[in-house]
Amino acid sequence: MQDNTNLVYIYDGTLEGFLCCVYESYVHHEIPCEICMESGQLHIFEETQWITTDLEHAGKIYESIDRKISLEAQAFIKNAFLTCIPNREILMYNFIRQGYQFGRAVFDRLTDDTVGALTKAVRNLQREAHSFMGFVRFTIYDGILVSCISPKNMVLPLLSDHFTNRYPDETFLIYDRTHQMAVVHKPEGTLITAMSKLTLPPIDDAEKAYHTLWKCFQHTIAIEERFNPKCQMNHMPKRFWAEMTEFENG
Amino acid sequence: MDVLDKLAILTDAAKYDVACTSSGVDRSGQPGKMGSAVASGICHSFAADGRCISLLKVLMTNQCVYDCKYCVNRVSRDTPRTAFTPNELADLTMNFYRRNYIEGLFLSSGVMKNPDYTTERMIQAIEILRNEHNFNGYIHVKAIPGADSALIQRMGLLADRMSVNIELPSESGLESLAPQKKPEAILRPMALIRSGIEENTSDLALYRHAPKFVPAGQSTQLIIGATPDSDHRILSLSEGLYNKYKLKRVFFSAYNPVVEDPLLPSVFSAPPLLREHRLYQADWLIRFYGFSAGEIVDAKSPNMNLAIDPKANWAIRHLDEFPVEINRASYDRLLRVPGIGVLSARKILQARRAGSLNFDGLKKLGVVLKRAKFFVTCQGKIFEGVVIQPDTVLRGLLSKNDLQMLPAAAGEQLSFTDVPDMARIMGGVPASAFGYLPEERTRVNAGQYEFGIHI
Repeated sequence: MQDNTNLVYIYDGTLEGFLCCVYESYVHHEIPCEICMESGQLHIFEETQWITTDLEHAGKIYESIDRKISLEAQAFIKNAFLTCIPNREILMYNFIRQGYQFGRAVFDRLTDDTVGALTKAVRNLQREAHSFMGFVRFTIYDGILVSCISPKNMVLPLLSDHFTNRYPDETFLIYDRTHQMAVVHKPEGTLITAMSKLTLPPIDDAEKAYHTLWKCFQHTIAIEERFNPKCQMNHMPKRFWAEMTEFENG
Repeated sequence: MDVLDKLAILTDAAKYDVACTSSGVDRSGQPGKMGSAVASGICHSFAADGRCISLLKVLMTNQCVYDCKYCVNRVSRDTPRTAFTPNELADLTMNFYRRNYIEGLFLSSGVMKNPDYTTERMIQAIEILRNEHNFNGYIHVKAIPGADSALIQRMGLLADRMSVNIELPSESGLESLAPQKKPEAILRPMALIRSGIEENTSDLALYRHAPKFVPAGQSTQLIIGATPDSDHRILSLSEGLYNKYKLKRVFFSAYNPVVEDPLLPSVFSAPPLLREHRLYQADWLIRFYGFSAGEIVDAKSPNMNLAIDPKANWAIRHLDEFPVEINRASYDRLLRVPGIGVLSARKILQARRAGSLNFDGLKKLGVVLKRAKFFVTCQGKIFEGVVIQPDTVLRGLLSKNDLQMLPAAAGEQLSFTDVPDMARIMGGVPASAFGYLPEERTRVNAGQYEFGIHI
């Protein structure tokens, strides 16, 4: 394969699109130095190549990850695509190449820079998703549970599974401000969709009463003699507080 | 009194109970039901004291017929009393759960009239939750010592976790501070729950849909520092509880002086938080690192050294077992190295399948080299510049943090530039500095040590 040190692949920002970049690279025997989403950003010094998404090509690569590496690697790549690590695509690309070479043993190469960085990024995603499983706060508007979050990683697909399982008969919406996406669940089905803005009506008195009850509990349960705000912040960094009921004004 | 006032009172009365985990059981959601459970547990918030809030931790009532001296709810204390009705409590739990404030309910209670009556009220509340509201989330419930075994059996089929608090780690402590509680009354329900779980396991093997009995296991709590019990006593007791009663967790609670009593530490003494921390570290070593209580403390030195964590302390005393070769050592041996935890030990096993590891690689795996470098070799080599002498090792292991955690009362101020000598640190710092009881009181009760709770 030829290492084109200034070749940049541009794709449409979907996982399928990314898999097509891998496909093209193998078909044309070339190694890109960067893979990015279309953003209108100019690449003056690099040679750019637009990769069209072809679901059949993407499917071939996706299937090959299971066949040549492992089923675990397939899930890993799906998760890696949701992380917020810089150079995410090129790391994933290098991971898949190494996977083709080493098979399932690629996961043992923890001291390799690519494998190490990507494993860490996926763990970071999972950890953030786990945090949000606890820190998501629903406010009820007319029987609909609504929550807003600002995560670093794309945690919505992971949260969607968790909350759909937990509240099968409820209607809920979790809005991700960072990525302007939302998951909407109704008893009939679940959908993850783009959403640029969310405007909410004021909350009613019954809802206010529960906010007050929760704040009262959250405040009372602390033991003054053990006051330790640093420990509190280590476990629950301030970035989460803005969207949690217990820290809202009043 | 409205629900808000009741919540304030009954939360305040429950806050000294430390267990608030929602772990130990994986249960998927079901159509028609509300809720699920995740084996790892989920923290929903953190209180200003840094403790996790996972469950709605409240008392059914803070009325109590007992007069345990250490307790905020003892009958002789002048404090507002109230009780939730089973319906109020079930509604509150459902509404908190629906908004994702909590992972479930942690229900304890003062003893209203008698243990049986109290237990029945608690069962009523969780029956409403489970059967009327179809609640499928986590429930942790306290067994009230002295309650009828049929009631405990019923409770166990509704709850995920049950616990009976031992509170005081010795019989003499119970006798003087909680004369109405008897060790048998505590250990009997514990044994009942254990055998219930055992029978249930064999039932489940036969019938997949047999109702589950306390699927997340049982736990207990010990109060630290209210009685003169040594770390040795506390750790051997908890080790015994893990082995004989198959407990999932033993929690430690630093005693918070809430009342002036000649038998208790003064209300002006601070809770022994550092001692509690060291006990949890030791507890972790017993549960996950293959240590036995006897390796951490023994009859000769019954209390842990508060200046240094128990694992490092063990390693320094056993320098002859080190260094271990990273590329060949077994998992158990790796776990004994300060700076290597369960996660990094597993990663080492995984990574060395792909190739030999060096110090650079160890760092990438997340091993704390600052500590581990004194105890390991990589490909036969010792970390560059490291001298393995008890004195230098100790110097290297004491972090700034460790030194800061030592209260100033420990005597002379310990500063980082003036590293204390080996003998002083290893000899320990006067125990009285850390919330142990004054020596006199220890002497008065010393004779009663032998009558510990026999398990």
